[in-house]
This record gives sequence, structure tokens and C-alpha cells, in this order.
Amino acid sequence: MIIEHPLLGPRDAQEFTCLGDASLINRPDWQEDDAVNRFYEYLYLRDNPAGEHRELWYHEQGDRSWLVVTRNTVTHEILRVELAIDVARTARSKDRT
Amino acid sequence: MSTDNRLEGGLVDRSSSVRFSFDGASYTGFKGDTLASALLANGVRLMGRSFKYHRPRGPLTAGPEEPNALVELRGKNRREPNTRATTVELFDGLEADSQNRWPSLKFDALAINDLMPSLFAAGFYYKTFMWPKAFWEKLYEPLIRRAAGLGSLSGEPDPDVYDKGFLHCDMLVIGSGPAGLAAALAGGRAGARVILAEEDFIVGGRLNAESFSVDDKPGHEWARSVFDELSSMANVRILTRTAVIGAFDHGVYGALERLTDHLATAEPGKPRQVLWRIYAKRTVLCAGATERPIAFPNNDRPGIMLSGAIRSYVNRFATTPGKKVAIFTNNDDGLRTVTDLKAKGVEIAAVIDTRTDGPSIDNVTHFQGARVVDTKGRYGLQEITVEQANGKTCRIDCLALGVSGGWNPNVHLTCHQRGRPVWDESLAAFLPHGVPEGMQVAGAANGELSTAAAFATGARTAGEALEDLGFKATGGKLPQSEDDPVNISPFWYVEGKGRAWVDLQNDVTVKDIKLAHQEGYRSVEHLKRYTTLGMATDQGKTANITGLAVMAEATGKSIPETGTTIFRPPYSPVAIGAFAGRHRDMSFRPVRKTPSHKWAEEQGAVFVEAGQWLRAQWYPQSGETHWRESVDREVLATRKSVGICDVTTLGKIDIQGADATRFVNAVYCNAFAKLPVNKVRYGLMLREDGMVMDDGTTARLAEDHYVMTTTTANAGPVFRHLEFCRQCLWPELDVQLISTTEAWAQFAVAGPNSRGLLRKIVDRDFDLSNDAFPFMGCAEVTVCGGLRARLFRISFSGELAYEIAVPTRYGDALVRALMKAGEEFDVTPYGTEALGVMRIEKGHVTGNELNGTITALNLGMERMVSSKKDSIGTVLSRREGMNHGDALKLVGLRPVDASQAFAAGSHFMKRGDEASAANDQGYMTSVCFSPNLGHAIGLGFLKDGANRIGEVVRAVNPLQKQETEVEVVSPHFIDPEGERLRG
Repeated sequence: MIIEHPLLGPRDAQEFTCLGDASLINRPDWQEDDAVNRFYEYLYLRDNPAGEHRELWYHEQGDRSWLVVTRNTVTHEILRVELAIDVARTARSKDRT
Repeated sequence: MSTDNRLEGGLVDRSSSVRFSFDGASYTGFKGDTLASALLANGVRLMGRSFKYHRPRGPLTAGPEEPNALVELRGKNRREPNTRATTVELFDGLEADSQNRWPSLKFDALAINDLMPSLFAAGFYYKTFMWPKAFWEKLYEPLIRRAAGLGSLSGEPDPDVYDKGFLHCDMLVIGSGPAGLAAALAGGRAGARVILAEEDFIVGGRLNAESFSVDDKPGHEWARSVFDELSSMANVRILTRTAVIGAFDHGVYGALERLTDHLATAEPGKPRQVLWRIYAKRTVLCAGATERPIAFPNNDRPGIMLSGAIRSYVNRFATTPGKKVAIFTNNDDGLRTVTDLKAKGVEIAAVIDTRTDGPSIDNVTHFQGARVVDTKGRYGLQEITVEQANGKTCRIDCLALGVSGGWNPNVHLTCHQRGRPVWDESLAAFLPHGVPEGMQVAGAANGELSTAAAFATGARTAGEALEDLGFKATGGKLPQSEDDPVNISPFWYVEGKGRAWVDLQNDVTVKDIKLAHQEGYRSVEHLKRYTTLGMATDQGKTANITGLAVMAEATGKSIPETGTTIFRPPYSPVAIGAFAGRHRDMSFRPVRKTPSHKWAEEQGAVFVEAGQWLRAQWYPQSGETHWRESVDREVLATRKSVGICDVTTLGKIDIQGADATRFVNAVYCNAFAKLPVNKVRYGLMLREDGMVMDDGTTARLAEDHYVMTTTTANAGPVFRHLEFCRQCLWPELDVQLISTTEAWAQFAVAGPNSRGLLRKIVDRDFDLSNDAFPFMGCAEVTVCGGLRARLFRISFSGELAYEIAVPTRYGDALVRALMKAGEEFDVTPYGTEALGVMRIEKGHVTGNELNGTITALNLGMERMVSSKKDSIGTVLSRREGMNHGDALKLVGLRPVDASQAFAAGSHFMKRGDEASAANDQGYMTSVCFSPNLGHAIGLGFLKDGANRIGEVVRAVNPLQKQETEVEVVSPHFIDPEGERLRG
């Protein structure tokens, strides 16, 4: 597989480590009353779609960027690649508003 | 009978004759021959024995699809089993041997299997070797392994070198038959970067095997002229002897290039084979088609081969498999062989056409609507029996029989991304469907079986791809060649009494397939696994479709409904060595050496692998005969005076930024917010699920600057985790991370005299006194007269101890300086074993304890987990199931009888309890002999262990049938108050 790195261009997938579902970016608030339950859902209850999936990939043999790769798990087609830090910043700013 | 079967013409080089041997007998062939063609030319038809029944077999094909003629090449440690004689290029001095026979190819004792076919029918392993159960390992399996199977390995290391390489191109053309050459020409002339991959050692594909002309030239001459033109283009790379073995995601292809297999001796150091990873923007698959046989009783005798293969032997290799040849066909293409044989003066015994409406041929015995129903000839074909349309049978003498059941497009690579081919009635064949992104198929691989159609589709397909890529195709006139239609009437097998072989490599018959159906196997995937149809080195290239047709008939379904099994990479066999490439032996993974490695070698250190690192394990001194002597001495000397240990391998992560404190505080579960500058603190890192991930010390060098250490094994994973936290969880923090593990050489200086030693190393302006630089202090200092260094007062051994770090390039100099300065204290270097003994004596945990299932509570560190802040893992560490009263707790263990030992991994049982999983009380994680206490000690996790100090339990090790009574004690065996390290 080839991943189109937003900063470095096309890179072979073997340079990366895959972590899984990009929903790990959305870490719950530890001060909520039901924090244990929220964290349980955050950590263990993941979607496993046959189709479009947003995943976290780490460019371990490269520039150490975490990327959010939108991949079709059936065809392996890669539809979008973003820097995870940008995705996380957007998510955090939405949280605040 | 030598060269008896050699004909005129052909593409062999008669000016260079080549000597070779097969099963010890010497023969002569020509350059340009394959092993199979040279053997046939010498009148040798018998080349192997079949897998199960040890039936005599000869080549069925003239190419890579060969199921029968598998031989062992070369000898000793270069022995290569299961090599297809039909693809082995002949070279002077080639040594080949037949395989799967004993004592000889002609007399094979295990051919007795052939007399017991009922025993070896489909599923025979499962049915026959069921009982008694105990016989399986000792009797059945060894027996089967010896009887079945193909060639054997030498068991010695492969002396050859294999490489891996990466290639990039605009257009990859797979196959160099008429379609492939047309496509490559289009690409080359348009200026695109083209790779043309051809499995054979010359380009041309079937153009070399057929007798018809292209643009009024013989086909092979035209192919040669195109090869010359392509070779002259800088933008075209031709890879002959290169099989594309797989189509992977995003236009990535695997290809195996055989560089030296055709040479008697390769240039030393040059790779034998290269496994290429080709990144192609577009791919034109021109893989051609493979002929399939018709199954009929006793259709496996040497001399019976595919009709098109006979044309290859006759036209390209100037060899006939016999002086008198019959042809059995269900299509027009099979009849071409008659013309070609006659042109070379080979006698045609008869032509048997299953069709009643096929074209008639003059001047040969011609049976229409007929079939071959039996054959004779123990070691090779002598006679066939033909059943004519009117039901009468007749016998015909012949030495070879060419069989054609039609052609199967080579769709394999189109299926590697889960494409499923579709059935085409008019061709009676599967055509590509759902091909991988970026791939287009042309020529016979796409069902365009005439040469003219191959040229046209090859050029057109390449043109479309080039246009998409922004190249301007130059067009040009298409070469002129035959454009005969395909006339075929599907015919799969002949009913009859004898065994009709479908898969010759795995000895699967028509009857086996019907039996599998009878026994309830309906899916082709199950059929494959039950009968072994389509397995092993040839992957059923000549067998699968016929097998499907038999299955379809048995189920009453159509062939398309029955479907194919899934085609998976590799397309053709690849040596494991090629996959390994240079990653073998010491190059399997990189070795990391510590800065003191050279010095430690000079001391005669014994090294141990710790991850990728090589670390000194102990330093034997003269007279020491057992490793324990060295380790005990190192421990005692360190605790008595001072010892030095290279701890560079611990991970070091530099953390800087305005928000560095917030970051450190959030990744450790214990409080870090108030750690003063110039202080070090122990940190416990949890995973988000509340389990302990790692531990280490973190030093605060400045308001906005921390240096974190990790365990050696977790340096990579922890860094990855911290980057995840920084980028994905807290992107707003102003913090940067960098791994500095390799940047600093770090040594532990431990023992009561460590301060005295360091006073001679650290420059005088720095006050090392206990008041000025107490336990858990850290500082940036200079050593040895001005060299910048970092000094940490931390202790893994439990002694007064320091860790001192200098830039890596000074590591060797520093260890020598430390040893010199330590002479007056009898300083002792110590290795990882002594390090381990001292940390167990002190009750410090390491990877043995932090095994991924352990919580802070298990370690007795639950009070460290701060509930006043957000940090990774704190929320889920509060889960009820991880906090029950019976939870495992870290304890120390000592033998009740001090002379007894025990092993790590032992499980604890109460006295009097049966040793069973139900009674499990916990387990031992670390064990060593303590030279200070004079007996074995251990650390382990025991249920409710903190409240069981003083209790005696049993440490049970059923694997080694060992059981020891142990007393539960505090994990701190030495100096539990910590007076030494604060002294």
C-alpha cells in the first residue's frame, strides 16, 4: 500500500505503524460523572466497518507524524490522508464551542 | 538413442553444445534448450514420479505451468528441489536428479502405492490414519512424510545471496508475447518509463513456439527485432527471467528476477535472485493463456503432453517427444500441431477430434467424434486405444500424444485483489473481471486468442493507459499476423474404467472429484482442500478448470455457478531466500552496540541480546568457570565498594516546551506538577486501560525541559505513545519530543564508594556532597576538565549510586576514565546479570513484572495514582474488577530450605492444595541467587500478598516437575529503609 503523506508525499505503508480507529482522538472528559463508562466505550467499543474507515497511522520510520487515513477496508482504497494533529485541533475547537 | 529426437531449425544455438547430467547419466544439448527439451531430444521421456502413487511421469508442458517434470538441481548446499525441468535453462555442467523415487527413477519401490488406489483416494489421510491415536506421531506421520512429497532440501544454509529492490515506472507490461510487445512498444515510443517483465529467458511468448509469420517474418524474428528496438530505448527496462508473482494494493507488484540460475557458477557476491517491488502507475497484463488437457483413462504416461507444448518443443527447441505422434483435441488450435509436426517430417499416427464438425485434414488417419479411452506403455507411451464415433475401438501405436482441451487465459494476477473471473461460453474459459485498480488486460489473457487480436489489444490498451498518464501515443501500423477464430466444443473428460488424471501433480482423478462430491463437498474451496486439487508447486495451472468442470457436472450446476477457487500470490514458486533477501544471519535485524562495547570486549565480557542491543552480561575473570561466580563477585564488589554498568540502552526522551510540565504530568499516573528543577522522580506510566505500560525516572533539567527514561525494551513503544498523546490527544500543548537514546552514553556508578570515584571525574566546581546533591538530584555538570555531562543521583541497585551521561562519542573515553579513577576503590564493571540480581534484592520491578497484565495496585503503588488530575489510564484503573481485595500483590519469596532453588514462571499453591489452575494463587516473575543472603530469592505476584507476609506457599513448576516451599516476605530483601541510597 502507498500512503499519500500530507507533508512528504507518497510513502510505502511499511514505513508506518497502524493503530486503528481514529475515534481514539476523541478522548472523553475525565471529570464527567460517568467517566469510567465513557472511557470504557472510548477504549473498547469500536466500529469495524466493511467500507470507509478512519484510522490512525504513525510514520514511525519517517517523520513521526500521526496521520488520519481514510481507507476503504474492502478495497484498500485510500480516500483521504490528514495530519492527526490538525484533525485533533479541529475536534478540540468544536468541543469548546 | 542420443539426439534421436532432434529436429531441424528451432531457436537453439547449435554452435554451442552443452553437456549436462540427469540421474548421473551424461547428455548433450544446446544453448537455448531447457532441461526438458534437451532430455526429450535425447529420447528421455521419464523425468519424475508422481506425488501419491509414484507413477512414472514426463513433461506435460513446455513452460512454467509444468506439474510433472520436477527435478532437483545442483548439489550439496545449493540443492534446489521441485524445479520445473521445462523452465530450467540448460548450461554446461548442469546436474539434475529426479526426485520422489527410491531406489531409482525407473524402479521405484513406492510405486506399490499405485496398486492400492482405493487406499489413496480423496481424503485418504483423514480416513486411513484415524486410529489408534498414538500411532499418528510415531508411525503414520513419518511414514506419510517419507512416502509423499516432492523433492528434499539439503538442510544446510543457502550459500547464495538474494536481494530486494524497488522499481518505479509509468507502465508495467507483464508478459512479452505479441500483446506485451505491442504494449511495450507503444509505451516506449511514447516516451513513458516502461518495465517489460518476462518469465522466460527470451521475449516473444508464443511467437517463439508457433510457426506462423508476423509481417512476413517468422514470429520469433519479429519478436527479436522488437526486443532490439526496446533495448535501445533509455526509458524501457526489459526484465527477462522475471516472473511477476503478485499484484498488491495501489499498483505495487512483486517480481522475482533470476539472475544467475542459468549460469554454471555465478560471480561471487552477485545476487542469485532479486525480489523486486515494482510501483507502477499503470499495468498492462499480457500474461497469455495456458492450455488445458482433456482427462481420459491413463492419460498420465510420459509422452502424453499438451498439444501446444509439442509445438513449443518442435518449433522452438527443435525436438519431438517421439517419432510418431497422435493428437487428441476438442478445438482447432490442437490441429495446428499436426501441420507443424508434418512440416518437420514427424509422422502423425492419428488425429482424434472429439467434435463431429471439426475441419477435416488430408493425408492422416483422422477420427471425428472420437475419443482416447486408454493408453499403454510402462515408462512411456507406446499405444493408445481410440473409441470411434461408431463405438468401435482401435489401437494405434504412437510414442507421443498431444492433447488440447482449449486455452485458459492466465487471469491469476487479475484476481489478487479479489477479482472474480467470469465464464465465457464461446471460449469455454474464464475471463478477467474486477481487475485491480490501474491494471488493464490485453491479448490471450483477456481471451483475445489470435495473434492479430493480441497485437491490436496490446497496442490499444497501452494507448489508453498512456493517454490517461498524459503521454501522446504515436500510433503506428499494427503488425500483420494470423487471425484465426477459436473453434472449440467443450470436452472435459472421457468416461472409462481406468483412472483419468485431472491434477497430475497431486494425483487427483476424475473419480476423486466425484467421490468428494458424493461425500458432501460442494464448494470448490472445500473440494480443493479435500482432494488437494490445484495445490503444490504448480497450483493447478493445468488442472483447476477441468476439475471445476467435473465438479460442476457432478453437482448439476454450470461452471460459472461453481466458480473458481481464489487465486493468491505468488503466481509461481519463490524461494524463501528471495523473500528473506539480505535479512538473514546477523543481518536479520540490526545490532545496536553500546558506547562501551569495544571496551567491554577488551575485558572479555559475555554479551547478551536485549532487544536489538548487545549488552555485557557479565565480565568473567581468570579462574572463573561458571557464570554465577562472575555474577556473584560483581554483585558483592559493587555493594562493598563500587561498580560500573553501561545503562545507555535505557530509552531517553527529551521533552521541552512551555507545556512540558503539563505533558509529563498527564502521561504519568503519579504527580509531576510540582517536581522542582534539578530533581528526578520515579514515574509510573499506565496504558489507557489502567494497566502499567512502563516505568522509569524523569529528571527536570529546567522549567521547560525534562529528560524521561524508559525501560530498554519499551523505548520505541513509549515514544510512539507519547507522540500519540502529543499529536492526537493534546494538540494544544506547546511541547516537543525527541528520542535521545543514542545521543547520550550513560553509566551507572553504584556502591558506597561511588561518590569518591565521581569526585575524581566530575569537575571540582560541582559540590557532590550529600547536602548539596542529595538522593534524586540531577544536574548539568562538566567532567574530565570541561566535557558537558548530566549527573543523576538515582539508584537501581539500592546502593548510593549515580548515573552519569556524556555525549555518546565520549562514552568509550568515559568508561576508561571511570575505571582508571576507580582503581583505588577496586572498581568492578558489572553486567546485566548482576544488575538484575541487585534490583531483585532491592525489590525493583522490570519487564518481568510489567508484563501487560499488571496494575499499579498489583505493584503496591496504587496510592501513587493521582485522582486529582487527568492522566492516561487513571479513570479505567478505578474499574471494580481491577480493585477487588483478592488482587495480586507484589511480594518477595525465599525458600524455606535455603539450599533449595525455584524457577521464574512457577505458580503458587497453598500447602495441601492440589496443583491445579483452580487453586492458583499467583506466579513467580523474577528469580536469582542472592550472594548477599546466600540463597535463592524471587519476586512474584500473590493473591492478597501484602497481607500474607510470613505464610509458606508452594512454588510449583510442573514443566520441570519441580516444587519448592517458599516463604512470603517483603520484596525489599536489602536495605528496606533505603538508608544506603540516601547516604
